[in-house]
Amino acid sequence: MDKAILMLSDGLFFTGEAFGAPAERIGEVVFNTSITGYQEILTDPSYKGQIVVMTYPEIGNYGINPEDMESGDGPKVEGFVVKELSGIFSNWRAKEHLDEFLKKYDIPGISGIDTRALTRYLRTKGCQMGIISSTDLDPQSLLKKVRSHPGISAIDFVRRVTSTQKYKWNEGCWKWPCPSAEQVEQRLKVVVYDFGVKFNILRNLYEAGFELTVVNAMTPAEEVLEMNPDGILLSNGPGDPQTVTYGIENAKKLIGKKPIFGICLGHQILGLAMGGRTYKLRFGHHGGNHPVKDLKTGRVEITAQNHNYCVDINSLKGQVRLTHQNLFDGSEEGMEHVEYPIFSVQHHPEAGPGPNDSTHLFRRFREMIERSQ
Amino acid sequence: MPKRTDIKKIMLIGSGPIIIGQACEFDYSGTQACKALREEGYSVILVNSNPATIMTDPEMAERTYIEPLIPEVVERIIEIERPDALLPTMGGQTGLNLSMELWKKGILEKYRVELIGATPEAIKKAEDRELFKEVMSSIGLEVPKSAAVTNLSQGLEVIEWIGFPVILRPAFTLGGTGGGVAYNREEYRELLERGLKLSPVHQVLVEESVIGWKEYELEVVRDRADNVIIICSIENLDPMGIHTGDSITVAPAQTLTDKEYQRMRDAAIKVIRAIGVDTGGSNIQFAINPENGRLVVIEMNPRVSRSSALASKATGFPIAKIAAKLAVGYTLDELKNDITKTTPASFEPTIDYVVTKVPRFTFEKFPEADPTLTTQMKSVGEVMAIGRTFKESLQKALRSLETGLSGLDPLEGVTEEQIVSRLRTPNADRVLYVGEALRRGFSIEKIHELTKIDPWFIYQIKDIVEFEKSIRNSELDDELLFRAKEYGFSDRQISILTGKTETEIREMRNRKNIRPSYKLVDTCAGEFEAYTPYLYSTYERPFFRITEEGIVSIKESESQPSSRKKVIILGSGPNRIGQGIEFDYCCVHAVFALKELDYETIMVNCNPETVSTDYDTSDRLYFEPLTIEDVLNIINREKPEGVIVQFGGQTPLKLAVPLQKEGVKILGTSPESIDRAEDRKKFKELLEKLNLKQPLSGTAMSAEEALSIASEIGYPVLVRPSYVLGGRAMEIVYDSNALVDYMQRAVKASPEHPVLIDKYLEDAIEVDVDALSDGLDVIIGGVMEHIEEAGIHSGDSACSLPPYSLEKDIIEEIKRQTRLLARELNVIGLINIQFAVKEKEIYILEVNPRASRTVPFVSKATGLPLAKIAAKLMVGKKLKELGITREPEINYVAVKEAVFPFDRFPGVDTILGPEMKSTGEVMGIDTHFGLAYWKAEAASNNRIPVNGKIFFSVRDKDKPHTVELVRRLLNLGLSVIATKGTAEYLRSRSLDVEMVYKIHEGRPNVVDLIKNNDIHFIVNTVGDAKSKKDSFYIRNSALQYMVPYTTTISGARAVVSAIERLKEKTFTIKALQDYYKKS
Repeated sequence: MDKAILMLSDGLFFTGEAFGAPAERIGEVVFNTSITGYQEILTDPSYKGQIVVMTYPEIGNYGINPEDMESGDGPKVEGFVVKELSGIFSNWRAKEHLDEFLKKYDIPGISGIDTRALTRYLRTKGCQMGIISSTDLDPQSLLKKVRSHPGISAIDFVRRVTSTQKYKWNEGCWKWPCPSAEQVEQRLKVVVYDFGVKFNILRNLYEAGFELTVVNAMTPAEEVLEMNPDGILLSNGPGDPQTVTYGIENAKKLIGKKPIFGICLGHQILGLAMGGRTYKLRFGHHGGNHPVKDLKTGRVEITAQNHNYCVDINSLKGQVRLTHQNLFDGSEEGMEHVEYPIFSVQHHPEAGPGPNDSTHLFRRFREMIERSQ
Repeated sequence: MPKRTDIKKIMLIGSGPIIIGQACEFDYSGTQACKALREEGYSVILVNSNPATIMTDPEMAERTYIEPLIPEVVERIIEIERPDALLPTMGGQTGLNLSMELWKKGILEKYRVELIGATPEAIKKAEDRELFKEVMSSIGLEVPKSAAVTNLSQGLEVIEWIGFPVILRPAFTLGGTGGGVAYNREEYRELLERGLKLSPVHQVLVEESVIGWKEYELEVVRDRADNVIIICSIENLDPMGIHTGDSITVAPAQTLTDKEYQRMRDAAIKVIRAIGVDTGGSNIQFAINPENGRLVVIEMNPRVSRSSALASKATGFPIAKIAAKLAVGYTLDELKNDITKTTPASFEPTIDYVVTKVPRFTFEKFPEADPTLTTQMKSVGEVMAIGRTFKESLQKALRSLETGLSGLDPLEGVTEEQIVSRLRTPNADRVLYVGEALRRGFSIEKIHELTKIDPWFIYQIKDIVEFEKSIRNSELDDELLFRAKEYGFSDRQISILTGKTETEIREMRNRKNIRPSYKLVDTCAGEFEAYTPYLYSTYERPFFRITEEGIVSIKESESQPSSRKKVIILGSGPNRIGQGIEFDYCCVHAVFALKELDYETIMVNCNPETVSTDYDTSDRLYFEPLTIEDVLNIINREKPEGVIVQFGGQTPLKLAVPLQKEGVKILGTSPESIDRAEDRKKFKELLEKLNLKQPLSGTAMSAEEALSIASEIGYPVLVRPSYVLGGRAMEIVYDSNALVDYMQRAVKASPEHPVLIDKYLEDAIEVDVDALSDGLDVIIGGVMEHIEEAGIHSGDSACSLPPYSLEKDIIEEIKRQTRLLARELNVIGLINIQFAVKEKEIYILEVNPRASRTVPFVSKATGLPLAKIAAKLMVGKKLKELGITREPEINYVAVKEAVFPFDRFPGVDTILGPEMKSTGEVMGIDTHFGLAYWKAEAASNNRIPVNGKIFFSVRDKDKPHTVELVRRLLNLGLSVIATKGTAEYLRSRSLDVEMVYKIHEGRPNVVDLIKNNDIHFIVNTVGDAKSKKDSFYIRNSALQYMVPYTTTISGARAVVSAIERLKEKTFTIKALQDYYKKS
């Protein structure tokens, strides 16, 4: 079996078995605690620039199927780290082995390493850059390479994942409908700013009764306003929100003009557009079990999370109200504008992977638009 | 929402005796609930009939009632205690049913007791199949199509819309007999006609077959604010058609995509809301068609369950504890996660390991039983193992079972034909057959086709089997050995494969520094710091760091041993017949006692049902197999002062000598003393030295030798092979023909496997004694007189404390002999001795210098916590120092009765013998023997009637004894009916008894009377094998129609005393705390 090495920028490294493509990639190493959903995680554009470590040890069991993609054109992660890669896949929808899938898109993987020790290390030290390689097995050389990388804060990953073309979307959730599914008579028009949008956001918007137009992240606000949508969604996406300057500028122009819903990076961009501040978490939130309290209903929702940055909602005092709070660490998860029909959340109401507890937010978006009209 | 202040006293009902389907898990949940409620300042009134539980310890509740779990008893407790609320969801199906009965009878309303946790409406919706179906369809979920049918034409109608294949289940037949699967019209007709005939109510449930579908369970928790969380998903390796309790199950689910998992999660949330379980935990079962993903709901338990205990142990999330707090008004976000301390309970645990549960069966105890696994549960216990991969956890679980397996071992001497049939028909060893099939080159597809086990699991097993070949065929280098350990291979397994000894492998492994890493069960896959040392072992490869000095290798182990003085307590492994909750109770008490002495306590066990494996019990918990390898690894890591092997039954005791050989200090009585009591020859010498008596005995290496020994010591004799424990294959033989038959049938005697022959003391009274000794002083904890005569396994006999018929001088002499033996063996801790008393002569049957099955019973009856004291003695305390100077004297009577699984095994006779068959026990406590006996019988579901008709059919030898009994019954106003021989005998003694036909003599016969409910108690004793066979139908009908019975004259005698006493006065209702006060 071919060997692979995962080297962290502080010199800690793991030797394991190579799978996926024989390749070398650098990325920020983050761990994800979801038990299921590796396919969605791999294809989530928010992971652009990151090497993902799965804390659940048995990965690949149910293969890869065509329906559960979160983006087109294969995985978005830089590399994939697991304890045990299943030699077989078994599921009635599966079409392909995880290993083949990664090979096809030239993504390297490493298995057979102590992923729990790595996770605990990242938890204590915070996230850092890493290099995964099956082509160069010299630790010293790998350390040099990873240290010479400028770091991801400087890079605008959104440019790399946003769609070049404007497109329509008219597909709902996977054949067992999402809880928010309703028969819709009149679809509302929504423009989705694609900062690296997950397909499940589009599917959920469709289920909630929207007619969708997805636009490139750099589309000028004026152009969007000209399309005269009923609402605008600022999508999730990879990287540091501060690098997405065009997004922030456009958002500024949209505030007060149209109802807006922001998710994850979209939430952060909104925060920055309103003049707020964002900050980086030590090792981020990546998983499907974080409790978030909806301060409006008092309900606790179990949510899907994938972010390293947060909006300091305190920095927006007077402009927004805090609507959601993470019960694990108290971090701020959602806000709404005191004046305009604008709200946003840090977690992922579209799930994929993760629980569907918050999918009702897509309905809330629709209702907000209806109220504001 | 904070906790409720309008309620103060809460009643909790336990699950009663250990039976198949209800084991220690409800002591675990009940104990957690007691602790949680008292922590919140509520006063707890506890009712349970099982004395071998931690929850019935007097410290666990304000008021503890060890009483039968029947409405009239519980009503009186309610009347006295006036609780504000009743929490019905902690005591299994027994607790739930009893609570519902109290509600239906209006008792709860009468005394204004509120049901908390689940309302009667919710319980009804979950339990009533028709209602459940309605609710499911109202929320858009499917259940398997089904209909209850009472005649053939109706059956032919429903099959039109149900479709084939269908499962037929006749209503109310014993152990589900008469059911089956029909694949075509002809089969259907045949099975339906038979089922209708067999069902006492002529009803058959016809259900769409989902056999072979994938089976899943979700553990769901909901609070008052309607927050719902899923604690754990469980996937059954064995597909639908096998009871989940009998299935190998794995957590988390392995073969579902996120979309499919979330669909099931959404469904589960809808179900708990629609059924309306307001607060607490529920278990919801699903089936998924592997062909197309169709999802159906199978059932829901609106209470904590065996699976919730498993889920709690598998994730570290204490479902019962949280459920109890939710029941009194808290919401999930107001409660903390114990393990991380900083995060709330309103989250979903995520795990970074694989948990495998494997059931433990005891078919060898019931050779007549059908060992096919079906939807009726048959296993008596289970083990759980944690590993980083499924392969590792499966192999750890298999070696935890203590069935002789060292992992996924090969099966010797099976043919391909047998393999195919064992794969097709579910059975206890099926996973081994999967392994064997793979060894013989069966394809994954073929095995899947035969078993319907998901190919993913078969593939994993194939990995193990293939690796076996590598071990066998290659040099055992570092890499191979390491990988073997990663795949969960035990040292023993590797030693078998390489032809080395286990010690050699262990030494090689230690030399190469291939040692386990210990990892934490932390509810969060490492995302947060965990504070609870709940550990499991695994093998992980080292990682590295580039430093200025070069590359250093790092290996992480999360067990951070402290420098405190510490003791390891070895648990008792899976429940089985002969070793159950009683031993876990003792282990838990040892932990409590040593904590009091400021020792750090370290528990090692692999049984997920127990209180001992609650991370809250000991200071540190290792969830590990109890093998020499796994235990030594922990000892090497922890370096304790010593290890306690005395409390967990045979499991840890077997490790005493091997551990000592490795230089481990065994606390308490020395392994040499244990050996002196267990080795037949040394034991004989010991008794001779002390001038004590023992029944005559001999050891036979061949059948001829057996015959000559038997004729020398005289029939009847008790025979058994020397190499099996726990009364297995033990029989009483009355003549040489029977002995020859036994030698041919049961054992092959040889010099390696001699057969032990003891004189059987007929009609002797058996006595059990439990005592404490510190090497100087001996304190007798209790002397128990058995109700059933010697020869019936002590675990299957009822017994009375204090003795109810023995004379004082005999009791004194028994105590003297106990002290003598304890001193001679230098017992430090507990000793149990079994005596037989015949014609004033006292014989010693057995000496066990360790905790016995009766320790919890004696402790509960007397209030003297024997196991706790023993643990303190074992670390050097003296009885005097502890203030234990007086033997307990009680002015009331406690009776222990055994509980049997016969209703699960149609075709098995209920006659008792030297082989233990009971799964659990209950205690009755009252002012007089008769009342206490009545309670014990009522608690074991054998209700002695005070009026009505008693049926007698007894062997000739017993006839003289029945005269007196029948006379007393007639005087009490009961009537007696008997079969011809017995009736004629009694009539000739001028007793006015009715006569009834045996089954072949005419009609109406005894079975007709049983069916018509005209017989209210059955006394049936038998002699030889033929009379046993001929009268089997009587006992079988008694079982099926739930008529109380006894199969011994001594039992009948106790029954008559109970009726006499009950005619005089009613039973007493008194809390344990009050009993202890007055004595």
